[in-house]
Amino acid sequence: MLVFRPPTLGSMTVTAPAPFSEVTRSESSLRTFLHGLPGVDAVGADARAAMLGTRSIKTTSKAWALDLAIRMVDLTTLEGQDTPAKVRALAAKARRPDPADPGCPSVAALCVYPDMVPAAVAALAGSGVHVASVATAFPSGRASTAVKLADVRDAVAGGADEIDMVIDRGAFLSGRYAQVHDEIVATRAACGSAHLKVILETGELGTYDNVRRASWLAMLAGADFVKTSTGKVSPASTLPVTLVMLEACRDFRDATGRQVGMKSAGGIRTSKDAIKYLVLVNETAGDDWLDPAWFRFGASSLLNDLLMQRQTMASGQYSGPDYVTLD
Amino acid sequence: MSDRLGVRKTYKLYLGGTFPRSESGRSYSVSGASGEFLANAALGSRKDVRDAVVAARAAFGGWSGATAYNRGQVLYRVAELLEGRRDQFAAEVATSEGLSAAEALRVVDAAVDRWVWYAGWTDKIAQVHGGANPVAGPYLNISTPEPTGVVGVVAPRESSLLGLVSVVAPAVATGNTTVVLASETRPLPAVTLAEVLATSDVPGGVINLITGRVAETAPRLASHRDVNAIDLTGAPADLATALEVAAADNLKRVLRRPPSEPDWTADPGLGRLTAYLETKTVWHPIGV
Repeated sequence: MLVFRPPTLGSMTVTAPAPFSEVTRSESSLRTFLHGLPGVDAVGADARAAMLGTRSIKTTSKAWALDLAIRMVDLTTLEGQDTPAKVRALAAKARRPDPADPGCPSVAALCVYPDMVPAAVAALAGSGVHVASVATAFPSGRASTAVKLADVRDAVAGGADEIDMVIDRGAFLSGRYAQVHDEIVATRAACGSAHLKVILETGELGTYDNVRRASWLAMLAGADFVKTSTGKVSPASTLPVTLVMLEACRDFRDATGRQVGMKSAGGIRTSKDAIKYLVLVNETAGDDWLDPAWFRFGASSLLNDLLMQRQTMASGQYSGPDYVTLD
Repeated sequence: MSDRLGVRKTYKLYLGGTFPRSESGRSYSVSGASGEFLANAALGSRKDVRDAVVAARAAFGGWSGATAYNRGQVLYRVAELLEGRRDQFAAEVATSEGLSAAEALRVVDAAVDRWVWYAGWTDKIAQVHGGANPVAGPYLNISTPEPTGVVGVVAPRESSLLGLVSVVAPAVATGNTTVVLASETRPLPAVTLAEVLATSDVPGGVINLITGRVAETAPRLASHRDVNAIDLTGAPADLATALEVAAADNLKRVLRRPPSEPDWTADPGLGRLTAYLETKTVWHPIGV
C-alpha cells in the first residue's frame, strides 16, 4: 500500500490503491479513486489563501520577487484580432521586457494560438523564451477528439515548445472521468517532446473538490503542468483554487516522485497579486516550485505592472503607463 | 439638558468616489482658528497618493470624453448641492478660519458662485482659447484645447473653501481629473466638499481628496510620472523649489506658487482654466 501525506485541508488520510496504473485501469476504479480523495475544507482554503495574502514583501525581497515573477510570465495574446505582426511585437517584449534596463530578465514563454506559432518561433529564435500554444479547440474544447489532436499536431509541427490543452469540462462534470483521462493521454502522446499544460478551467468546475479531482486526474494522465483557467471564463484564477491545485501537485510528488508544474492564468493583473501567488507557492508546494520551470503566470497586463513596479523601485518615483508599451 | 451623545463625523479621504481611511491608518487632530479641538482628520500617506492617481487616471477617459455641455451640467449640479449645505459649510469655514458667521456665509456664497462661474465655462473655453487659424494653403486649420490629463493640486492653506473651489473647479471644468491635497491645517470644509461631490453626478475619481501633511504627500505627487500637471498654489515656501524640480523630471505643467496667497474674492480670470490645456491643431484639406 502506498500511503501519502494527508492534504492539509483534508479531514482524513488518503490511502491510494497502488500502483496508480490500477487506478486508471477503468472508469469505475478512476471514479473510486477520485471520489476517495479527501474533501477540501472550502472555508479553510479561503481563509488560508487570504491569510497568506497579507504577507508583507518589501525592499530586496520585493525586488527579487518582481524579477522572479517576470521570469515566470507566459506573455499571452489570445484574441481573434491577433496578427503575425502583433505576435512579433510581443515577442520583442518577451525577449526584453524593459528595453531601457538590460538587467531586466526575459519572460518564460510567449503564449499564442496555433496558427501564430510559426511567427512566434521565428521571432524568438535563439532567445531562450519558449513558445507556448493553446490547442484542443481552445477555449471551449468543444470539438471531436480527432480535431483536437490535429490542432495539437499542428501547433507542435509549427515548433511550439509547450501545449496548453483544455479538458472536456462537460465530460468531467458528467462523471465521465475515463474519457477526460484518455483524451489527456492521447494529447500527451501527440505533443511528442513538447510540454503539456492541462487547463482545468476551474471557473466552470464549481467546487474545490472538483478542482482537486481534476488536478489529480490530469497528473495521473501525464500532465507536465496543471493550469487554472483559459482566461476566457470568469472567475479565472483565484488564490484558493491555486492553493488546492498546489496541494495536489505537492501530494502527487510525494506519492509518485514526479514533480508537476503549476500555472495560474487569468485575472492576475498587479504586482501585488503576483507576489501573493509567490508566497502561496512557497508556503504550499515549497520552494522547489519557485522557478519558471515549475510555476508560471498566464498574463498579459501583469507584465506592464511588474515593469512599472520595477521602475518605481529603481527610481523611487511612481511610474506610469506612459513608460511601458501598449500591447 | 439632554443626555444624548452626539454622533460625530469621521473625516476621511475621498478616493475614486469612496471614503476610505488612510491606508496608513493614521489620523491627526485639527484645531480651529482659536486653537480649540475640532476633529480628527485622516493623515494621508504616499500610498494614498498613489491610489488617488490610479483612480484619477482611470476616471480621465470618461470625464475628458464627456461633452463639454454635459460637464457643465454636472458641475452646475455640484453648485446646487453646495447651496443646500450652505449653513454646514458656513459653520465649518467660520471655525476653521476664525470668521464671523456673516463673513463665513459671504465666503460660502462666493464659493458657490465661483463654482457656477467655472461650470459655465466648460463649453465656452474652446471658443475663447481655440479657433480657426488663417494658413497659407488650401487647408481648413483649427486649434482646439484638450485637457492635459491628471492634475495634482496643492490646495491653498488659508482659504479652506473659496480657495479650494477656485483651484479645483477650473481644472475639472476643462476635462482634467485631479488629486487634491487639502489645506493641512484647515481640511474640514474640503472633506465636506467631497461629500457633496460624492452625492452629485461627478464620476468617482474625477476629484480625489487627500488630507494630511503636505510636506509628506506633495513630493510624491510632484515626482509621480503618471501626473501631467501640478498646481503648487498651497505649497509651503520652503518646499516649492524642490517640488518644481521633481515635477520637471517628466515635464509636468507647473503652476508656480504665488509669493503670497491670492485674494480669492477677486475676478479669477481665465488663467487657471487655460493652465491645464493642450492645443490640438487639425489641418484639413479643402477643395482647390
